[in-house]
Amino acid sequence: MPLTKHNHPEHWIQVRPAGLYCIPAETYIDPWQAVENAIITHGHADHARAGHENVWATPATMAIMRVRYGEQHSPAQHHIEFGERIQLPGAEPVFMTFYPAGHILGSAQVLLEYRGARLVMTGDYKRTPDPSCEPFVAIPCDVFITEATFGLPVFQHPPIQHEIQKLLSSLARFSERTHLVGVYALGKCQRVLLGLREAGYTKPIYLHGAMLKLVQLYQTFGFDFGECIAVSDVSDLNLLAGEVVLAPPSALTDRWSRKLPNVLTGMASGWMQIRARTKQKGAELPLMISDHCDWQELLDSISEVNPQEVWVTHGREDALMHQAQKMGYVARALRLVGYDDE
Amino acid sequence: MMNKLSELFDALYFTASNKAKSVLLREYLATTCDPERGWAIAALAGTLQFTHYKRNTVKKLILERVDPVLFALSYDYVGEMSETVAHLWPNEPDPDFVMPTLSEFVAFMQTAKKSEIETQLIYLLNNCSPNLRWTLLKLGTGGLRVGLSARRLKHILAEYGQSHQAAVTVHDIENLWHGLTPPYTDLLLWLENSGPKPDISEKVVFHPVLLAHPLQEDDKEKVTYTDYLAEYKYDGIRVQIVVKDTEKALFSRTGDNISHSFPDVLADFNLPGVYDGELLAMREGVIGSFNDLQQRLNKKKPSKKLQAEYPCGLVLYDALFVPTSIVEPKKEKLTCQTEQSIKNICHLTLVERKRYLRATMQCFESTISLFSEAFTVHNTAELDQLRTEACSDPSGYTEGLMLKRKDSPYTPGRPKGVWYKFKRDAQLVDAVIMYAQRGHGKRSSFYSDFTFGLWQNDPAQDALSEQPKLLPIGKAYSGFTDIELKELDKWVRKNTIGRFGPVKEVNKTLVFEVAFDAAHASKRHKSGVALRFPRIHRIRWDKPALEADTLPIFKKTHQIK
Repeated sequence: MPLTKHNHPEHWIQVRPAGLYCIPAETYIDPWQAVENAIITHGHADHARAGHENVWATPATMAIMRVRYGEQHSPAQHHIEFGERIQLPGAEPVFMTFYPAGHILGSAQVLLEYRGARLVMTGDYKRTPDPSCEPFVAIPCDVFITEATFGLPVFQHPPIQHEIQKLLSSLARFSERTHLVGVYALGKCQRVLLGLREAGYTKPIYLHGAMLKLVQLYQTFGFDFGECIAVSDVSDLNLLAGEVVLAPPSALTDRWSRKLPNVLTGMASGWMQIRARTKQKGAELPLMISDHCDWQELLDSISEVNPQEVWVTHGREDALMHQAQKMGYVARALRLVGYDDE
Repeated sequence: MMNKLSELFDALYFTASNKAKSVLLREYLATTCDPERGWAIAALAGTLQFTHYKRNTVKKLILERVDPVLFALSYDYVGEMSETVAHLWPNEPDPDFVMPTLSEFVAFMQTAKKSEIETQLIYLLNNCSPNLRWTLLKLGTGGLRVGLSARRLKHILAEYGQSHQAAVTVHDIENLWHGLTPPYTDLLLWLENSGPKPDISEKVVFHPVLLAHPLQEDDKEKVTYTDYLAEYKYDGIRVQIVVKDTEKALFSRTGDNISHSFPDVLADFNLPGVYDGELLAMREGVIGSFNDLQQRLNKKKPSKKLQAEYPCGLVLYDALFVPTSIVEPKKEKLTCQTEQSIKNICHLTLVERKRYLRATMQCFESTISLFSEAFTVHNTAELDQLRTEACSDPSGYTEGLMLKRKDSPYTPGRPKGVWYKFKRDAQLVDAVIMYAQRGHGKRSSFYSDFTFGLWQNDPAQDALSEQPKLLPIGKAYSGFTDIELKELDKWVRKNTIGRFGPVKEVNKTLVFEVAFDAAHASKRHKSGVALRFPRIHRIRWDKPALEADTLPIFKKTHQIK
């Protein structure tokens, strides 16, 4: 349906101080303050916050929020399956459907339909295969709101197998060193675990305490990570020399990591492609493993969805907007500023 | 071979500890043949340069391939040219491609014509992985920045020599270094105990200088003042002047040959030997201000007019080599003849060297050099008093005092307890941040380069009539901790009100306490003020911007019209 003055999303979607807002549904998407109605795309802390009155999220995302914020993180938790079309609050009907975003377990794109206009908000997403979550699907729409975390042509994420191999080679070459790898506790951790197992690594993998609950949650969803041991359960830490330890990035340089023997620090993140970023994280072994689209994936997604307009949210908006315009789309930047870089 | 080099550079870049870097480099030297390894050292030392393969060559080629807007945004984000290009260059592999060795590459780049170089470079980049591209690009654009200082490199070379039982110290390498040229085959063979020590006695070379430590408060109690000579610290640039036979050269403190910038000084200087001193603005023996000297700095070919307008001269304070003819018959008087050969006196004490220096200056008349007189300070009170006088000297060419140990030989580097500098305190001003830009190198992708300004008028009064206005007085990108860097980056992102390409204009609400060495008049800035070596001293999250300093008062305090 052509966009008109009557149904163009620019009239019913707004950037408000609390986040992206759908006026007729009186509902926010991933607000960074507690609000009345919130659609949550995925469980990362900068997108899923506690304390909303009503939450619409996929069952997996809701489970993640309960692990992080407790059973009662919100009084009204609406579990919505992928593909299930529901009507949001508000006098005039706005319909919402979740589709997989391929970012982490439970991550969803949000399709909103209002007066015949279709708007897709991707949330965070990626196109490379990831066994820890459902793959992204391109949904036809009029306005496509895409993230742009890695929205610069310098970003080309290599296949995860390649990066896992880098870690394994380093383990073989420096067999006396504890390979401490920084990974985000939600998503990246589980993906790296699966990646190591897929590459044939069968030894136990050691985990920082902050990882345990979420790894267990993934296990209840049926994922098999092989033998994982909490570092706090290891009686003699010297035995960790030559092993893989996964920890949140913040633990790489704090006191916790100093008790490990002969540490070689790695970091698994899309930012590791930029040399200086690796240094800034205090890492010596950069593993370019990202849960976001790289530049080419962003462009491919825009072409595939082929919307009338591309709206670019958090990240490097300028470059992606420029490129989308060159590709013939109407493009604008939403300049949502509340989200972390990754 | 090129792959091996690229792996070495990457490993050095990502390895943090100096010890591990040394192991990596020595492993490379032991397993790589000549002249490959010598060219690698040249690349690490920054002594590998090509006439027709430079930064601009690379920039031109990438802009022929990538949308300029996307290139600019990428470069702004990555903060490093070679890395940006390495990632952006389109992959176009040729199945018949064979990678040249490093020495083939160097030979080609040194001898080929400009157009051939471009063609070959394009072909190479088309066929390389991003990591290899980065190495190739770094060879041309210079400034490898793999976290290995020139000094560390020489330490590692010495360690390499010691592992082959060669009797070599880092001083030996420092002393030889500036007389050697890539690919350093003679040096490497000597280090491996399979060749003679390279002979550089005939060459006009830079000799690494003796550097001073700042005098800290607690040093004052440790120092026995009578063991030291005091001198004024002149506010110019540190230079070394070398005169051997018919050749002469003027070097900066880091060994850059700056002869071309000061032909007038070199022409009038005829003392055979190697001398350590300060280059200053000087007319007929009268020293001028740093501001005058500044007109002469970084001018590759100063015009006759500029030379006449801003003449320069030297204040000499030490001698490393003096004419052989200057002998020391008795303690009191040195005699001289007119012979030109020179001898090394670095092993002598400071007192003896100064005596030689004075005698040489008396024998060989020089119209443009002055002798730095030494005196004795007896206690802390006297020291503080003298420093205060030196710093507030109205002529403005001294910026503090030096203390130099009387019995010390001249050793390169920064030995402890030998030379102290006691400079004037940094001055401070509260300025408001106006613009921010992403940083380079280790500050890559963070907003860390700041332009700050002062209120044009008193904002309290201004507010009644019109919008108060800031005028920029300088830029700074250092002085804060890594944590502050992240906080500032976040602040900039939240407070951006405008964009001019890579520059972000921010809310005029945050105050920096800026430290600087001196303030002087400048025609380049609208404010009419320029600061010397500004750095961020403190971030005043607490201070309201309207209470920052004003330009009229700042100018008055610093006597700028």
